[in-house]
Amino acid sequence: MSAVTVHLFASYAESFGANTLKIELAPESTVADLIAEVRSRPGSYVLPPMPRVAINRKFAAPDQLVRATDEIALIPPVSGG
Amino acid sequence: MIRSAIVDRQIDVAALLGEVRSDDAGAVSVFVGTVRDLSEGRSVERLEYAVYREMAESELADIMREASEKFGISSLVAEHRIGELRVGEISVAIASADAHRAGAIECTRFVIEQIKKRVPIWKREHFVDGTREWVDPTARSGAAR
Repeated sequence: MSAVTVHLFASYAESFGANTLKIELAPESTVADLIAEVRSRPGSYVLPPMPRVAINRKFAAPDQLVRATDEIALIPPVSGG
Repeated sequence: MIRSAIVDRQIDVAALLGEVRSDDAGAVSVFVGTVRDLSEGRSVERLEYAVYREMAESELADIMREASEKFGISSLVAEHRIGELRVGEISVAIASADAHRAGAIECTRFVIEQIKKRVPIWKREHFVDGTREWVDPTARSGAAR
């Protein structure tokens, strides 16, 4: 197991009541595994069926592996412009 | 010159125009996004823009590169403002210059459409009645917002 820090913004930060979440992940965990773990936390009702995840500042596919050293963020639906 | 930035201050559209204009460009296209006073029928007092700054800067720079390659344009600037904005203030501005109008216009449009899809910036509407809520374009009726 290793712990990763997940950064939260805007509506997600508000719903989870925090700017970051510490999540325990088994080795070789993927983005989909990470989302499943996050769904067990209070506030996760805010997440859509397929939340976007960024790894090292790039949008990541569900099967991408997550490493403890990665910069991980959950990205709410963007509304810039 | 290709340049993009996330800024905490007012956007100076004239300055952006000055950056892209040149004697060999017969066309300059500018898109300016401003804060509207109504959202789905409710009166808006101000907007608050939040950002994942490191990713927003890198995603915006990627969009600018893609636009430059796609339309063969080498004079392109974009600024997106974050923080608190009042009704009527400019939230985003994009300027591109090219020899002819078609490329410049399409390039500007491409950049704003991609910003709305990919750049991690979020707006929260503060309504005149004192309530506030984060905008979720995926939950709203109608097409692109």
